[in-house]
This record gives sequence, structure tokens and C-alpha cells, in this order.
Amino acid sequence: MTAELLQNPFFQRALAAGLLIGFANGFFSGFVVLRRHALSVSALSHTMLPGIAFGILAAGALTQLSAFLGALFAALVVGLGSVAVARGERVAQGTALAVIYTTAFAIGVAILPRLDTRQELEHWLFGDILAVGPADLWTAFAIGAVTLLTANLLMRPILLTLFEPHVAAAQGVPVRSIQYLVFALLVLSLVASLQAVGCVLSVGLLVAPAATVSLLTNRTPLLFWGGGLLGALGALAGIVLAAALSISAGPAIVIVLGTAFLLAWLLSPRYGLFARRTSA
Amino acid sequence: MSDEVHHDCCEHHAHHHELVVDGLSVRYGEVLALDGITFGTSCGNRLALVGPNGAGKSTLIKAIAGLVPRAGGTIRWRGTAVKRWSREFAYLPQREQVDWSFPITVRGLVEMGRYPQTGWWGRFGRDDDDAVDAALETLELADLAGRQIRELSGGQQQRAFLARALAQEAHVLLLDEPFSGLDRRAAGHLGELFHRLSHEGRLIIASHHQLESLPALFDEALLLDTRQLAFGAAETALDDPSLDPFFTAVTLPVGQP
Repeated sequence: MTAELLQNPFFQRALAAGLLIGFANGFFSGFVVLRRHALSVSALSHTMLPGIAFGILAAGALTQLSAFLGALFAALVVGLGSVAVARGERVAQGTALAVIYTTAFAIGVAILPRLDTRQELEHWLFGDILAVGPADLWTAFAIGAVTLLTANLLMRPILLTLFEPHVAAAQGVPVRSIQYLVFALLVLSLVASLQAVGCVLSVGLLVAPAATVSLLTNRTPLLFWGGGLLGALGALAGIVLAAALSISAGPAIVIVLGTAFLLAWLLSPRYGLFARRTSA
Repeated sequence: MSDEVHHDCCEHHAHHHELVVDGLSVRYGEVLALDGITFGTSCGNRLALVGPNGAGKSTLIKAIAGLVPRAGGTIRWRGTAVKRWSREFAYLPQREQVDWSFPITVRGLVEMGRYPQTGWWGRFGRDDDDAVDAALETLELADLAGRQIRELSGGQQQRAFLARALAQEAHVLLLDEPFSGLDRRAAGHLGELFHRLSHEGRLIIASHHQLESLPALFDEALLLDTRQLAFGAAETALDDPSLDPFFTAVTLPVGQP
């Protein structure tokens, strides 16, 4: 079965896409974990759905660019909207965000099936990595390359900004621009992961890898590279597992990554549950 | 230690190593947080900023460090106006304000002190590694270099930030309440470190809310309550009887000598 599968161009492309997307998103998950913004990432990922619908409506057709612009637009509206609502101090920002993003998501679920696109709603929600075409592969590669290159070039100012924004600002780091840049890279990563795991599950790829690594090491660079490695391996394992068990690839990837996190949480030599038990 | 080469010159050229703050004011929106702070000091000194809660001690530290914008006034360091930030200034935040769960090791934190030297892209070279090693050594953190910053005691955390300042080769150390929350032993150790670092020629400016320990830990004191009330030697600056009302406000019960 396996040999036959590996000959299959769809499967080959799926593996390549999983590798690229898994690594880029796993690397980026380091920032998500450092910023402790897992909830906002969840909100952003759900916001992608109406964003894509908006992109299709505005551009008349679905391209990676219209998807990205639509997602960026929707993310900005939801993000800034929650800030604006929370400014009244009656509603906490987390509450506002939760209400607004679920509403946005609902709008997406309602209108996407009515638009004239090839893909089914389920494809958007949970991904369909076996449907990756050669063009999608190039896009995943380009997004991954841009994300990795930018993040690595600006690693020092980004770390300073995340750790001590005021000190970073005093030292001349353009903190505001860096924060916007990280946000834009995040949306870009989400768009890239859409194909593989869909918008509902993309949170898994963008949080789990570095969250797992953070249980195993304190070295900041390892959080990124280890997260990338784990994301790539998890994506590959998920795709193979999905084929073996005849389940969807997107959920399989997220299950593999979630299992890795659970194992690290239990067994990490320093911070695992058992280590704490025995040392206490 | 290589740093001494930089610092022992202070003895002979004190005027080159002067920090002069003139008419410094800071506003938070409508609120005047600091009004016309004016003083001059030079490296080799330990200056305490003293005042009741909300007097602007932290704000003054941050304003000198460039963390909050100035509404007016000038800061001159070694004869040159400091516009916003000087590489020779290092700010050490109050411990409560640090994100201790940030996944970074002690060494990683100290390496951050080299970023102003290396820039955003520069290679982390031999000099940088040496500076980090020396700073860790000086502050007796070499054995703890691989620890995550939360896994340190309060005194060690304070020293980790001091090590970052040394790695940065900062001359002016700006510390926000460095003694608060430290036990007696850690506070004593930090006091000795201040003494040593100032003797090597650094200028130490710290907010402090404990009057009894003031003369032992500091050379100079500046008493403020939005405005500047007194400035002078630590033993005598606060002797003016007209300042008595402030002392009841300043002295807080803290378990240290």
C-alpha cells in the first residue's frame, strides 16, 4: 500500500505541502507561545472564513492573494473591533473578541457555500491537503520562505519587543511596526495553513509545536527551530496516518501534534507532570 | 576584568562623566508626573531617589532611561545631550514588571545586553561571548547560566538583569526599586555589589523607599514628590526639619536592615 501511495502525485504533493506548512507554522508558533496569544490566534483563524468569503466577493474569484487580503481585512476588523468595544470598559476584551469572532465565523459559514467556488465548506473548515495543486505548493513555499526569512532577520528586535516593549522602544526598535509585522506574518501563516488543516484546525499547527517544545527546553532559539521541526514531522506523520487509517489528513495532523504536546506535558524530564510529582 | 579599562578613568576626569538633569518634566496626559527635576551627579556615585508612593520615582528612572517621553528639560551625559536613549544607560525594571515565564535562559537574557552592540543582524562574535561570560562571572551567575529566569531567587533575578547591564557595557545603571522583595541576605549582597560597581566607576541611580538603610547603601539622595524637595549627600540631604512630614509618608515597613 505504502509504495503505491508514494508513487501517487497527489500524495507526494500532500507530503511536500505538509513539510513546508508544518515547518513554517511550527516555527511561527514560537512567537504565538511567547506572546501568550493562543486565544487571539484561535479568534483570528475563525475570522479567516468570512475573510475569504469577502475576498471572493471583492475579487470575483479565489486566489491566494484575495484570500490573504480578505483574511487580513477580516482579522483587522475583528481585532480592532474587539479593542474598540473593550474601550468602554464594560465588556472585557476577551469577551468582546469571543462574541465578535464567532459572529464573523457564523457569517462565513452562512455565505461561503452560496458563493461560486470549487471547494466545499468542509474543505475550508478542516482542510484538504490531498487536493493541493502545484500552484498551491509554490504558494506554501513562498509564504514559508517569507515568514522564515523575515522572522530570522528581525529575530533580535522581535524578541526585545516581545520581552520588554518599553525598553525595546527606548533602544530605537520600532515596536509598533514590529508588532504589526508579527501580526501580518501570523495572518500569512494562517492563510498558508488553510489548505492543510482548514481554518478551524489551523490553531493546532500554530500553537501546539512550540507549546510542546516549551515544555522541553528554555532556550529561545530552540523554541522556533524545534517548533518548526516538530510541525513538519507532525504534518508528515499526520498525512501518513490519515492514509493508513482512511481518515482526513487535517484532523490527523492536529491529533498527532496534540498527542505530542500531551506526552511532553506528562513526560518532560524537567517540567512534566511525573517529574514534578517525583521531585515534590 | 576588561570593564575596568573603561571605568577607572573616571577618577581623573570626573567632569567627563557627569550626568546633568536640568528642568526635567514628564506628563501623563493631563497629569504632571514630574516637575522641573534638576540635579547633577557623576560616575562612581550611588544615587537614591526617595519619595512617597506616586511621587514619580519610577517615572524619573524611566524618563532618564528614555522609556517615557519628556515633556520638558534636558539630560546631558558626559557633556552630550541625550535625546532619547544612550547605549551607556541600562534600565533594570522592577521585578514585578518582568515577564518571568518568558522562555529564556539567564545566558539568553544577558546576551540581549549585547544587541545594542551587535545591531539587528551583526554576528554574535568572540567579543560578545567574552562580555557575556565576564558579566555572568562578575555576578556569580556562571553556574546558573542555563536556568530559565523564573527558576532564580529574587536576588539572583536582580543580578541577572545587572549582568545584562554589564554585558551592555553600560555606565549608568537605572534601577527601579531593586531592594524591594529581597530578603536580608540578598539585600546585603546587592548592597555590596552596588558598592563594587560604583567603585569601578559606574553611576547607580535607584528608587528606594527605605530611609534607615539609605546612608549605608547610597552616596547621594534626591527626595521628590513630583517636584524636587532635596538633593545632596545621603547622610545629610534629608536632615532638613521642614521635610519631616514626608518621612512618615516615605517610610514603609519592609523587613530589611
